[in-house]
Amino acid sequence: MSISLSNISKSYKKVKAVQDISFDVNPGELFGLIGPDGAGKTTIFRILTTLLISDEGTATVAGFDVVKDYKAIRKAVGYMPGRFSLYQDLTVEENLAFFATIFGTTIEENYDLIEDIYVQIEPFKNRRAGKLSGGMKQKLALCCALIHKPKVLFLDEPTTGVDPVSRKEFWEMLKRLQKKGITILVSTPYMDEAALCDRIALIQGGKILKIDTPEAIVSQFPKTIYNVGAVNMYKLIQSLQQYEHVYSVFPFGEFVHYTDKRDLFEISDLQSYLEKEGLTAIHIESTKANIEDAFMELAR
Amino acid sequence: MKEENVIEVNQLTKTFGDFTAVNTISFEVKKGEIFGFLGANGAGKTTAMKMLIGISKPSSGQATVAGFDVYSQPENIKKNIGYMSQKFALYDDLTVKENITFFGGIYGLSKKKIKEKREELISELGLENISNKLVGSLPLGWKQKLSFSVSLLHEPKIVFLDEPTGGVDPITRRQFWEMIYKAADQGTTIFVTTHYMDEAEYCDRVSIMVEGKIEALDTPKKLKEQFKVDSMNDVFLKLARIPSPTLPKGKGKNTDCN
Amino acid sequence: MKRFIGFIKKEFYHIFRDRRSLFILFGMPIAQILLFGFAITNEINNVDIAILDHSKDTTTEEIINKISASKYFTIKQMIVRETDIETAFKKGKIKAVLNFEKDFSKNLIKEQKATIQIITDATDPNTANSITNYINSILQNYQQSKNKDIVIEYQIIPQTRMVYNPELKSVFMFVPGVMTIILMLVSAMMTSISITREKELGTMEILLVSPLKPFQVIIGKVVPYIFLSVINAAVIVVLSIFIFKMPVQGSLFLLGTESVLFIITSLALGILISTIAETQQSAMMISLMGLMLPVILLSGFIFPISSMPAPLQVISNIIPAKWFIIIIKGIMLKGVGMAYVWKETLILIGMTLFFIGLSVKKYKIRLE
Repeated sequence: MSISLSNISKSYKKVKAVQDISFDVNPGELFGLIGPDGAGKTTIFRILTTLLISDEGTATVAGFDVVKDYKAIRKAVGYMPGRFSLYQDLTVEENLAFFATIFGTTIEENYDLIEDIYVQIEPFKNRRAGKLSGGMKQKLALCCALIHKPKVLFLDEPTTGVDPVSRKEFWEMLKRLQKKGITILVSTPYMDEAALCDRIALIQGGKILKIDTPEAIVSQFPKTIYNVGAVNMYKLIQSLQQYEHVYSVFPFGEFVHYTDKRDLFEISDLQSYLEKEGLTAIHIESTKANIEDAFMELAR
Repeated sequence: MKEENVIEVNQLTKTFGDFTAVNTISFEVKKGEIFGFLGANGAGKTTAMKMLIGISKPSSGQATVAGFDVYSQPENIKKNIGYMSQKFALYDDLTVKENITFFGGIYGLSKKKIKEKREELISELGLENISNKLVGSLPLGWKQKLSFSVSLLHEPKIVFLDEPTGGVDPITRRQFWEMIYKAADQGTTIFVTTHYMDEAEYCDRVSIMVEGKIEALDTPKKLKEQFKVDSMNDVFLKLARIPSPTLPKGKGKNTDCN
Repeated sequence: MKRFIGFIKKEFYHIFRDRRSLFILFGMPIAQILLFGFAITNEINNVDIAILDHSKDTTTEEIINKISASKYFTIKQMIVRETDIETAFKKGKIKAVLNFEKDFSKNLIKEQKATIQIITDATDPNTANSITNYINSILQNYQQSKNKDIVIEYQIIPQTRMVYNPELKSVFMFVPGVMTIILMLVSAMMTSISITREKELGTMEILLVSPLKPFQVIIGKVVPYIFLSVINAAVIVVLSIFIFKMPVQGSLFLLGTESVLFIITSLALGILISTIAETQQSAMMISLMGLMLPVILLSGFIFPISSMPAPLQVISNIIPAKWFIIIIKGIMLKGVGMAYVWKETLILIGMTLFFIGLSVKKYKIRLE
């Protein structure tokens, strides 16, 4: 196991940040912790990177115990904290050189690992990190975390606050790093990024809701979901919530995701109900569940 | 009623030195519409919004908000809009009640009206048991719902929301959108600025800004059809044709405006 | 070692790229020394006084002439009635009134005793005190010159003599104090701010999750500021020697060594502050309130310790600055050597070790 947690719990004063967390990450796996702000993702990262000691439970990273062997872990892992922790007043190159030095290596030594990321920011290597765009900061932070060729890479919300183009590129980079044998634990509040991981843990309120491959989690969704659309969104939601057979109603972009309590469901029943409610331009069709549907179902 | 425009923007431009942050943008927003104002960080969204809420003077072009001119009547605009951002919302060290009273006071509501609104709002959000708790101790989702309600206290014609639901759990987020739909149904116009493309899916119409210009403006459905993709995220990816905002852009202008 | 040097290099980048702090860092000592040297002063010069002369004889005339001839006083007004004294003060133009009794000369010859009343405006006690002293010494001079030929037995004339700073130049008193404040500020505040900045930025998390040892981080933070503080101390000494012609009596080497010791004390305090403070702002507040105020108020820099109430005198002992001021005053003004300041030096060393020990113990290898 590259990363292994068993029954980890941690509280800050009275607040339980994480409760009884257990999961394993296999060598070379890209594992995602998916959950909203305050779910406990950062606490898990800090326990694994030896920055916090859990109240209960044990954990190992690259075979080392997070409490006893913290020094060995600190040499073996790369860590990118939630905010892009760079020195704003140092240039791109100086930042990278600094992190290389404190890990006892040089940029040249492990250049092959960061090359395809670094070439994208190299034109700006003399620019101060504080003057970079969000996407560039993210890439530089990743280079800094990789410069000592870590066995395990911890990325805490690397795509938060970054534009869609940079997000997409970032995930492509992660896939390439994975091919080079690096185990990656990544957290994100974006449900749509879950599908890009090998396996994910859905987490909310300090508890794990489910651990599996994204495909399995979606396929295990117990109900059929219907996309319902009509002219007045607010009235549509109200009407659906008052429908006698309703199981769940969630706005989903231009549609509402509706599930029914009954096993046998006729679209025409709902259609006529909504028409009676005075809605127009009604549109109902079945659709496939996604991670967000699964998350909400599990969190109910 | 539905066809009345509450925001009209014509050729609006803002330059800083020789840098054009907002480049001749034009659009209208109708009463009761949920309008998404999208763009990457540094695309000019914030600058454009600052002009609309009357805290920044445009370099050229015209704009009226709630019927008032952005050049000459910014004070009237401020009285008729609400504002909520994820960064600044409520005071953490005041209680729920105190926050409502304070913001009611700022918007110039009478004492009687504040009291009335406060009771109404607390019961609507189901906050009876915690109305005397500090806002700082509430979960993020509740704070955001409360903050949205507070921005509606003075019954503004338009509410500006700045990345309202980033980081919130999926269920709370939907409750939040239900609140937005309700406000829109009652005739309030909702102006959402965001760079989270999934927030865009909920809007009636969206505009996408790229480097100071509006590059697309339509309903999410039509935009997806036009670009032959499944999500607004993909629409955005296609629009930002430049391979990457992190790659050199010729003049090497600093695009970071956070 | 390479890691360590890399770290220090980075620290210097931070310092030299922050133009504003750099300006404060080197501008402040110069500004403070000039401010204390020129503007804030205890010396008296051309103080306006008034005279009420009831006798108007040769002796009083001579005394008055002597006073007006000195550069310290200007006679602004001659008063005729006692009741006018109050009015003269209230107008605020004069700082003192000399009241000669009736038949001054006669009394002096007949009874060998005559009285002058010196009335001073004590709203500013320091000035009032100085005025009295200056007038006294003028009177004594006069008496001495008069009595030269006449031998009068059993007359005791008190004589005060100011030593070490005979000209009573206040800048000489302020230099040690200013130097103490600057070293304290630069060392303690700057280090605590630079450590807490890493906490705020989140880079501390990365430094912790790296093979860099905690003591390497601390020493790396401290080294650049030792360097800067020594430069600052040198600037202050050079300024006081060349601009204010302050004589440094003792050994410059000893002065330097003691300064380095105090710099280390302050750095240890700075590190201690950074283990408590989470943000740059709170580090700054703690440094200012917790270090600057005691240094200014309780170190004997401005207010003499001997005139403080007993509890404050006791408290002043735990303030490192007090001991450093004693040491450098001794070296700079009295020219004493280690033989005279070893006790204070030992106390400072003790305090330094204590602070270092405490901050090493409090320094966290984790986030909490």
